[in-house]
Amino acid sequence: MRHLIAFPVLALAVILQSAVVSRVSLLGGFADLPLLLVIAWSLQENVDTGWHWAIVAGVFTMFVSALPWGAPLAGFLAAVFMARWLQSRIWQAPTLAMLGVALPSTFIVHLFSFVILSLARKPLPFVDSLSLITLPSALLNMLLSVPVFWLVSDLARWVSPVEEEE
Amino acid sequence: MKNSLSRTLQIAILFMVVGGILALAFGGYFGTTSTWLTGVLVDIQSWFSTRFVAIQDFFTAPRDLILLRQRNAELENDVASLQAQVIELKQKVAEAENLAALVSYARANPEASYIAASVIGRDPSPFLHYIIVNIGSNDGIQRGMPVINAQGLVGRVDAVIADAARIQLITDPASSVNVRLQNTNLQAVLSGSVTGDLSLDLIPQDALIEEGGVVLTSGLGGGYPPDLIIGQIINIRKREADLFQQVFVQQVVDFTRLEIVLIITNFRPVNVEPLIPEPIP
Repeated sequence: MRHLIAFPVLALAVILQSAVVSRVSLLGGFADLPLLLVIAWSLQENVDTGWHWAIVAGVFTMFVSALPWGAPLAGFLAAVFMARWLQSRIWQAPTLAMLGVALPSTFIVHLFSFVILSLARKPLPFVDSLSLITLPSALLNMLLSVPVFWLVSDLARWVSPVEEEE
Repeated sequence: MKNSLSRTLQIAILFMVVGGILALAFGGYFGTTSTWLTGVLVDIQSWFSTRFVAIQDFFTAPRDLILLRQRNAELENDVASLQAQVIELKQKVAEAENLAALVSYARANPEASYIAASVIGRDPSPFLHYIIVNIGSNDGIQRGMPVINAQGLVGRVDAVIADAARIQLITDPASSVNVRLQNTNLQAVLSGSVTGDLSLDLIPQDALIEEGGVVLTSGLGGGYPPDLIIGQIINIRKREADLFQQVFVQQVVDFTRLEIVLIITNFRPVNVEPLIPEPIP
């Protein structure tokens, strides 16, 4: 159950991302729901399946997106790495950690996409990409990160409740 | 006999006295006394009436309040349901209008075969301009088929699975379409961008073009059928240092509100890549 929950949750997240979230744009950017879910899950205390979530989210996103294979997966894995690293340092304020990971993760995921797309297809303009896509996306991710974190915290408590010490 | 007569007489006298008093009272002869008396009676009645109404309200008002609340909830439910119906009907009207426009387009261009498809999603990456539609290889859709709507060219099919297809919009940064300007012999390449703006490349500096010129597909390269409308020229930038002019195009299709598109199924794109000579090392 603990491992399988990633499939329905992330499948739903990718569907929502494609059908709803990607239509709510600010300039050229929009929030990244699967990324936020992966980060929020990785920051949960009693959860050790963050890497699995990154792989599942990456595969699902690659299935829907026209991004070259590996770009979303690499971005999600980097986000989980950052979340695990930061979790051990800001473990007392997980909401703050969520905000602290969501912002750089957005930049890293976009950097991967930017570099891979520029190499594989056609060079993209850096300034336009940063100002019209990455910065608005980062803002929207920051706005969405706290409610997503609360939802994922509830989900984590439901899936793997914390055992009380006797 | 004597007793009954005297009793009848007594009753008659009593009625006459009471009637006389009432007649005098109505005639205004007992003004002060009757006013005082009626005042007292009215006060007593008011006292009873006020208490009775208060008690009645105490027992009946809560029941009315509950009934009113129930009724209010019912009406609110009805309003919500009607609002949902209105939204649904508005959506159907909009869909019917879209379909009517597409049908009229298909009638005006009978040489092509079309399949209508609903847009069900967009690419999850903001760097890419792709849409996902709800028909795929089961409906005869193949990679490379051009996609239009009633306004003009939308893009072409990029990937297909059984029940869905991904379409690359002409606004995608990697999209390039061979175009011509209407009423001229000028050919160019239309490119998309990350911002969704369209521009024309490879237009020589000495070429005479004007703002407002209509941009159509040229059919060169075999990627798209000719004469599909794309947009109008809105801005021309000439710099002496550049080899080519920079021309910006306003697209006729509203790509933010794509709901239904037509896929041209009887057009087979030509792959010209094998004909392009490889550079000699």
